[in-house]
Amino acid sequence: MASVFAYAPAPESRAIVDIAPSYGLFIDGEFVEAADGKVFKTVSPSTEEVLSEIAQAGSEDVDRAVKAARRAFEKWSALPGSERAKYLFRIARIIQERSRELAVLETLDNGKPIKETRDADLPLVAAHFFYYAGWADKLDHAGFGANPRPLGVAGQVIPWNFPLLMLAWKIAPALATGNTVVLKPAETTPLSALFFADICRQAGLPKGVVNILPGYGDTGAALVAHPDVNKVAFTGSTAVGKEIARTVAGTRKKVTLELGGKGANIVFDDAPIDQAVEGIVNGIFFNQGQVCCAGSRLLVQESIQDELLDSLKRRLSTLRLGDPLDKNTDIGAINSEEQLTRITSLVEQGEAEGAERWSPACELPESGYWFAPTLFTNVTQAHRIARDEIFGPVLSVLTFRTPDEAVAKANNTPYGLSAGIWTEKGSRILAVANKLRAGVVWSNTFNKFDPTSPFGGYKESGFGREGGRHGLEAYLDV
Amino acid sequence: MSDTRLSVLKTYKLYVGGKFPRSESGRVYEVTDAKGNWLANAPLSSRKDARDAVVAARKAFGGWSGATAYNRGQVLYRVAEMLEGRRDQFVREVADAEGLGKSKAAVVVDATIDRWVWYAGWTDKIAQVVGGGNPVAGPFFNLSSPEPTGVVAVLAPQESSFLGLVSVLAPVIATGNTAVVVASEKAPLPALSLAEVLATSDVPGGVVNVLSGRTAEIAAPLAAHQDVNAIDLAGADEALAKELEIAAADNLKRVLRPQPVDYAQTPGIDRMTAFLETKTVWHPTGSLGASGSSY
Repeated sequence: MASVFAYAPAPESRAIVDIAPSYGLFIDGEFVEAADGKVFKTVSPSTEEVLSEIAQAGSEDVDRAVKAARRAFEKWSALPGSERAKYLFRIARIIQERSRELAVLETLDNGKPIKETRDADLPLVAAHFFYYAGWADKLDHAGFGANPRPLGVAGQVIPWNFPLLMLAWKIAPALATGNTVVLKPAETTPLSALFFADICRQAGLPKGVVNILPGYGDTGAALVAHPDVNKVAFTGSTAVGKEIARTVAGTRKKVTLELGGKGANIVFDDAPIDQAVEGIVNGIFFNQGQVCCAGSRLLVQESIQDELLDSLKRRLSTLRLGDPLDKNTDIGAINSEEQLTRITSLVEQGEAEGAERWSPACELPESGYWFAPTLFTNVTQAHRIARDEIFGPVLSVLTFRTPDEAVAKANNTPYGLSAGIWTEKGSRILAVANKLRAGVVWSNTFNKFDPTSPFGGYKESGFGREGGRHGLEAYLDV
Repeated sequence: MSDTRLSVLKTYKLYVGGKFPRSESGRVYEVTDAKGNWLANAPLSSRKDARDAVVAARKAFGGWSGATAYNRGQVLYRVAEMLEGRRDQFVREVADAEGLGKSKAAVVVDATIDRWVWYAGWTDKIAQVVGGGNPVAGPFFNLSSPEPTGVVAVLAPQESSFLGLVSVLAPVIATGNTAVVVASEKAPLPALSLAEVLATSDVPGGVVNVLSGRTAEIAAPLAAHQDVNAIDLAGADEALAKELEIAAADNLKRVLRPQPVDYAQTPGIDRMTAFLETKTVWHPTGSLGASGSSY
């Protein structure tokens, strides 16, 4: 709906990115074809345009990559930490230099708004390499005893919601601690990882230290199961996480899992409403809600429900959905047709179970995968939209009367990744934060990340922490 | 006359929720010393006993994890005090259980008591060692602190019936978790006697629950239990450990795999950190963003 104050289009130029028509696997410092010659296409979710054709790694390629990483491990782990640090600092700097290019690339391949790739993803990617670079020569002081050792070859499987950021979360601590890596990016977003391979080349990183194997779930499964992988790191769904936990059972492989969530965003009656509304929007509509720590359940104190929902609906009506490359876009495309189908079916189930659905007037583009920001009221804890991770721009609103009830409802989930608290009362923040069973609690803010700060879940949201000093543990023999 | 006196034998029982029930199954099994002489009939716990123990451990979790670290430290130290008072009894039991001479058993018992004291001192220090503030690049203050993961199933080591048992149990409860312990299958008596000490040491009922019986039989329902948050597989052999680890994946339990441990050595902190979660709490500082408001 055009308003009086309609914005003119403000598209970021895509000329800065040069996407090749095809890419190979990155093994031992070279781009190579898949052993069985298989390829797949990666498309731009906002236009369905085919961006490139990518080699698809099979089990033979996994074996080749693990062997390359094993060979590289000997020298890489023997390097003085100060030398490894310099490689990581170089990588951080090159990412900063190429950040505009990478932001546009990520937006094209993933569908998220350029505003987010440019202002959130890329600065954090560089910051993670910068942070862990500094640890490489200080591991003796990290609190894991003197002379902690790397584990060996790390097999890493990352999701499509933050393709380059998840790569940074995995690769930076692995290299800093002296491990070598074989990383499988998601099948819908392989491009930024392949561009990262080029950054490794520019940084002069020794061959085989980083290997990139695009592919589907079976590629990841082969990597996780490979007998010569010493460490498995996975970010993705809880169902796959459980499967990985079964696969590594009875082996010596160390494993960290960052899985799903159903974060509660709790708004008390004394909360600053305008700030809370911004936090709620950021909590569930950031990256189209395709965030494991999204605040997908809004728990609002009954006495302010109407006021808060009015404000929230008003705010949602100003969100701009459309071309992700437009600098004014707030809501981009859903990452894939498959994900759109999943969101659609869960939302239909929410309606069928009696919850009340609301979306602002919102025109969806003709091509691509889109879903309007959606709000559900009259939600009970038994509803599937209050229990299952939707991984889309869908907020379920529940109410509570007392702080104890808020805590009980917030904790009533097998997940335990994130939560939010909105109140002006300091003691209430601390008391409620203390009782929430979640790895990250944001009070009077939401969805904040920093390389110095450990991130990870309780319960079925997985084990281990990424980021900060804690993030080193996953890659050391401790 | 004393040499004709018939001694009073002890009926060993389970320890669940602060009480000493017999096994729900009504079963017992024969426990012998190293030479094969009968020592006692220990309860042969069932799946139902394991489930009851989990219920008790869950019920106790809120109070124990919510107690101050100082308080937990004192309660643990109290256990050491009570153990010291029963030193001779445990020397006898450990000697019988492990086939040790009296002086060797005394060394083991002393080390065990000292281990309790060591962990008693950790309760209010572990958060300072593994937690802390993070230097965030932005107008935020955040703090990472360790929290207990919940109910932990502990398969006590098979060989070291007392020192090994305490070395795996104490770190679990020092950090605020509650425990369901499966005693050494062959030598369960020191564990069952430890329960009597715990019951009289201000440790709230349910914080530690002790089961005896067949390790594999009791461990299976514990590893599969949806309300158990973690499992220490110290007392499982390789085949059993793998089976239990697979079962534990169903609710993504934290798993501590069996590994060679010299229990006589001073432990590191990894048995504590294995059952801790890290929670990071954020709050804005100063500038509150686009609205321009501030502190």
